[in-house]
Amino acid sequence: MNTTFIPLNEFRSQMETLRRDKGMDFLRDMIGMDWGEDGLGVIYLLENSATKENISVATRTTDRVAPAIPTVSDLWKIANIYEREVFDFFGIIFNGHPNLRRLFLRNDWVGYPLRKDYDESEAVNPVRMYSENNQNDCTYTLAEDGTIKQIPDTLFDNNEYVINIGPQHPATHGVLRFRLSLEGEFINKVDIHCGYIHRGIEKISEKYPYPQILALTDRLDYLSAHQNRHALCMCIEKAMGLEVTERTQYIRTIMDELQRIDSHLLFISCAAMDLGALTTFIYGFRDREKLLDIMEEVTGGRLIQNYNVIGGVQADITPGFAEKVKTFCKDILNKLNEYNDVFTNNIITRKRMLGIGVLSTEDVISYGCTGGTGRASGWSCDVRKRHPYALYDKVDFKEIIYNNGDCYDRFLVRIDEIKESVRIIEQLIDSIPEGEYKVKTKPIIRIPEGSYHAAVEGSRGEFGVFIESKGDKSPYRIKFRPMGLPLIASMETMLKGNKIADLMAIGATLDYVIPDIDR
Amino acid sequence: MEMKKPIIKSIPYEEFKDNETLEALIKEINKERTNVVVGALDDLINWGRSNSLWSLTFATSCCGIEFMSVGAARYDFARFGFEVTRNSPRQADLIMVAGTITHKMAPVLKRLYDQMAEPKYVIAVGGCAISGGPFKGSYHVLNGVDKIIPVDVYIPGCPPRPEAILYGMMQLQRKVKIEKFFGGVNHKQKKEEQTDNYPLVITNVPQEITDKTEKEQ
Repeated sequence: MNTTFIPLNEFRSQMETLRRDKGMDFLRDMIGMDWGEDGLGVIYLLENSATKENISVATRTTDRVAPAIPTVSDLWKIANIYEREVFDFFGIIFNGHPNLRRLFLRNDWVGYPLRKDYDESEAVNPVRMYSENNQNDCTYTLAEDGTIKQIPDTLFDNNEYVINIGPQHPATHGVLRFRLSLEGEFINKVDIHCGYIHRGIEKISEKYPYPQILALTDRLDYLSAHQNRHALCMCIEKAMGLEVTERTQYIRTIMDELQRIDSHLLFISCAAMDLGALTTFIYGFRDREKLLDIMEEVTGGRLIQNYNVIGGVQADITPGFAEKVKTFCKDILNKLNEYNDVFTNNIITRKRMLGIGVLSTEDVISYGCTGGTGRASGWSCDVRKRHPYALYDKVDFKEIIYNNGDCYDRFLVRIDEIKESVRIIEQLIDSIPEGEYKVKTKPIIRIPEGSYHAAVEGSRGEFGVFIESKGDKSPYRIKFRPMGLPLIASMETMLKGNKIADLMAIGATLDYVIPDIDR
Repeated sequence: MEMKKPIIKSIPYEEFKDNETLEALIKEINKERTNVVVGALDDLINWGRSNSLWSLTFATSCCGIEFMSVGAARYDFARFGFEVTRNSPRQADLIMVAGTITHKMAPVLKRLYDQMAEPKYVIAVGGCAISGGPFKGSYHVLNGVDKIIPVDVYIPGCPPRPEAILYGMMQLQRKVKIEKFFGGVNHKQKKEEQTDNYPLVITNVPQEITDKTEKEQ
């Protein structure tokens, strides 16, 4: 991966040129970096959503005490939340950011954990058993004399009625917290708190050798465990120059699609349950168990399977695999009609979803909401089509695109995607070639110096892996692109003006998984 | 009247693991003699309690999905009386800590536990809740929930299979069966174990009111 470094004084104008003139409207990822003596900085991965052209630019500052970089949060909406993440982990101040404060960690946390000189000892950051105060916002601006000034600001003013939802709440699908300002029943302002399941995976990865990091990716978004691990394996293989066999590619593609069906079935069940339809929940889980049986037979695990390894897969597929998958595929298409009868075409469902939580195409691209959410708003964002990997350029499948961008469309996208996944599997399942399922690798895996990036289509969006290597057996920096962070960032736009009950419908159809957001 | 062996309908007594712990508990309870009437009432109450364990829906990560599977059609924990899950800690009997507990989540979990009504039980589900699991070396992960709340049953696995979760719930049923209602349960949260210093944080207070209270003080 070639990264162009932009000097700090030209940074802002060059980014504006890229956004406005070159049409780089999709900020794929923003990676904070600590280059040691070379200073702290940020790598921006940009893409032109029309031409699919990719570019990566970076900037850095040698000041370690008060590092400052101009903000780009007015150019890409998602940069707002990404910059807060970088500030949280590296302490880089983004001049002109509307409310720069910690995103994941507590506001009384000491130090910036992803810096190389961070002190991890228990004494510095013990487990604090008292509740944290609500954070006050602040903006940093560069004063004329060159110093950075902090201007305090309050998010909610005195006359607003603010309620708190989460972190322990059944509708948040985990531990996410919202602070909502209400005007009667309508939502005025949203403030999202993440980090209740921030496990510091990126920092632990810097200590582990590559094969051990693989185990952590499954636990990021446990409903796209295969895809996550596929991305990391692909990135490492790309860096090592390792070619995997044809058979591995077949197995990986089929397992990815099975995982997608699994995730979407769970999505249908949970979305239904959030809206109060318990029958669909039971139906969905009944069919999901059949799929889990197949997965368990091949991989040995139900939810977290640890199947992909560097150079192939852990174990070969079992003899009856093809038959079972074919039976399941036939079965699930019939079952989808059942869901449609019970839930999708139900008048209550339609009333609660149609026209609720609308996201425009521009918003989706600016927020970088990939996956089902992006495609429901008319953005062709499927990584399988944009940058084909594995066998996706050889199989024939349709990218599901709807145009309304409301909750109902987001729901329909997932139903249709199950059908497309079944189509992909049916094209591949009969022609799995003979051969090795795994290429032999050295016991200690080292990656040549440089930076590498790979992306796959996870169950709910683009999952990217960025590795910066110094030639060691563990990475210098590893960054996973969370699929869910853009989704919850976009909730601010969606919720404004909607009723508080719509929060459940919107949250359910966005289909976020919190451990993936917090990492 | 003596406390009997905890026998539940689902699995024969001998097939359970770790009977020794329970037998030691029974021995301790039987040191003090109990009135026949009170003993019979104890049995009745324990029978009722052990067959209607209501859990709090508390899941932070992967294990929560397996907990959902236990609730769904195939594993169906309604067979054992666990089917009522509550969203409010005030109405729950047990808290299933399913998933990693981080530094930011730890005070929240403690608060949820404090809010539950006695008798209350804790099940630690999965490696993360037991010891930190794969994330043990992280700067932001609590290595085991037993550091902040007392745990009754540990269910290992990453994540544990639904059968394992059911087995763990049955072990808890057996533990519930050997309790004395009149004369204290096996574990009761004491006042000093509670965190009472929750600072009540009130934001957005109008300026006039803050000025007024300051003057009064």
